[in-house]
Amino acid sequence: MDYLLTEEQKMIVELSWKFAREKIAPLAAHYDETEEFPWEIIRELAETDLFGIFIPQEYGGLGGGVFEMCLVVEQLSRACGGIALAYAATALGTFPILLFANEEQKKKYLPDIAAGKKLAAFALTEANAGSDASAIQTSARRETDYYILNGTKQWITNGGEAEIYTVIALTDKSRGSRGASAFILEKGMPEFTFGKKEKKMGIRASTTRELIFQDCRVPRENLLGKEGMGFLITMKTLDASRPGVAAQAVGIAQGALDEALKYARERVQFGQPISSFQAIQHMLADMATQIEAARALVYATARMIDSGAREYSKESAMGKLYASDVAMKVAIDAVQIFGGYGYMRDYPVEKRIRDVKITQIYEGTNQIQRNVIALELIKEAARHQI
Amino acid sequence: MHIIVCIKQVPSTTQVKIDPVTHTLIREGGIINPFDTYALEEGVRIRERMGGKVTVISMGPPPAVESLREAISLGADEAVLLSDPAFAGADTLATSYTLSRGIRKIGQFDLIICGKQAMDGDTAQVGPGIAEHLNIPFVTWVRKIEEIREGYIRVQRLMEDSYEVIEMSLPALITVVKEINVPRLPSLKAMLRAKKMSLPIWTANDLDVDRSRVGLNGSPTKVIQTFTPPIRGKGEILTGPVKESAKVLVEKLRERKIL
Repeated sequence: MDYLLTEEQKMIVELSWKFAREKIAPLAAHYDETEEFPWEIIRELAETDLFGIFIPQEYGGLGGGVFEMCLVVEQLSRACGGIALAYAATALGTFPILLFANEEQKKKYLPDIAAGKKLAAFALTEANAGSDASAIQTSARRETDYYILNGTKQWITNGGEAEIYTVIALTDKSRGSRGASAFILEKGMPEFTFGKKEKKMGIRASTTRELIFQDCRVPRENLLGKEGMGFLITMKTLDASRPGVAAQAVGIAQGALDEALKYARERVQFGQPISSFQAIQHMLADMATQIEAARALVYATARMIDSGAREYSKESAMGKLYASDVAMKVAIDAVQIFGGYGYMRDYPVEKRIRDVKITQIYEGTNQIQRNVIALELIKEAARHQI
Repeated sequence: MHIIVCIKQVPSTTQVKIDPVTHTLIREGGIINPFDTYALEEGVRIRERMGGKVTVISMGPPPAVESLREAISLGADEAVLLSDPAFAGADTLATSYTLSRGIRKIGQFDLIICGKQAMDGDTAQVGPGIAEHLNIPFVTWVRKIEEIREGYIRVQRLMEDSYEVIEMSLPALITVVKEINVPRLPSLKAMLRAKKMSLPIWTANDLDVDRSRVGLNGSPTKVIQTFTPPIRGKGEILTGPVKESAKVLVEKLRERKIL
């Protein structure tokens, strides 16, 4: 489908897909097996300037927006959702800075991210605070020119590999959801350490770790925005980055469909390629249609965000919800089309099921997404009745 | 360091068309000759290490300008196309002469880098031809530049099962093999720059050329015919114990002067 991309957007898609095909695809199975962080691929990605896509030009980026970021994530994810995640999670960790940082903070942190020299991460989740983000316990106590952080964040993507972290901590327990603040931390700050690397079902090339703060002193200048803005920053960040997760799901699904289609045309049973059987054709048709619908929803949402819309929680949630659910189904159907070969790890398709499952869970479970959508619908209905 | 890289646009392998009258290739766009991408990468790496400039030059019909843009997106600083109907149908002598005139017009340079050979002609003659026309030393099949500095270069020339180390004064020319590096992917900033750049096209009038030495007229080599060789016969299958068959095989290879 022609989404009427500009010349520059077409270049971005072309370059990202070329990178995915030539640099990521040949190594996807290797990194899935070894669970190492793919630094060599990240360094090469940095040289293409793609890390700077969504960062303004004055900080060394290319001045694109959420849409361009989604274009990159989708193409990279076609080859491997896990490796693409190092990029997508950096975008997530950069949005708080893009949206809420002051000039000094932007000048300090954005150029290195744009150049691909440093990766970023976003740290909200804790052992007792997943969907219930307001239950976080990591605290930040103010002491003259520092904030002292204590607590543990769990399941942070790029944890330990990133240099720049946005951490959400409570500065005032008594104020409930107005009591959290956002801080920029750097790897290497004293008493900021990392827990063990998690062993995951999929996206194994992505590194997920605990972040541990034990009286970690963070300079006052590293507070993002004002005290109490923590959850606002979180919500706005997730609204903007959710299309990225949706794009990752679309990319993984597209890759699965491409593989299934290729296999169906080559595999001969009963004297014919299985692509000539209606059962297979109908599966492929459904897969393709749903992917296209998901893609259209994600693109529309991303463009809406970039056009300056002030409210987009509902659309952002819809895109993430739909794309991840579609991608899960597509991945499972792809394995089904491969038959017995689909179950074997020597073939690339089972990895897609393992990889794409997380898209239904992270950045807000799909159950939370449904909550968000329903609440927005009700709010809108109430507004129109007045 | 001013490095000049010579590139050629060649058909991408699925679209080869031959002109029925001149028996030469009909050129309608294509890709950068693969060996030239190694030449370009090496030039860009030298500039990154030592500072300076990489200028890419090519001779071809107007669509070749897209390959020059691609070269900019891969790190070249400037590019120029030599294009004129008078240049068409050139063999390697006329081509290397024309390119050498273009390089003369570009001006001062330290090193010219060419790919080992072009995928369509496969002659590997243009690089050495340019060097001869410019009266500079050259080494072909370079697998590694050991040292390069003002006025001096030392390279490894790849042989079948070894390599030679050769030093030359600059300015000089080298042709490179694919063992020399792994070419980079384009960078988005360079792609955007390439898109906006206006690239100069020099015609026969812009260059100081002897018209009798360019194009089809300047080509002592004439292409009589280009054809796909007929499919060979069935061949001979040697049966029997391996030791016996081996002896027979060696005899047959000797008969055909392969051994």
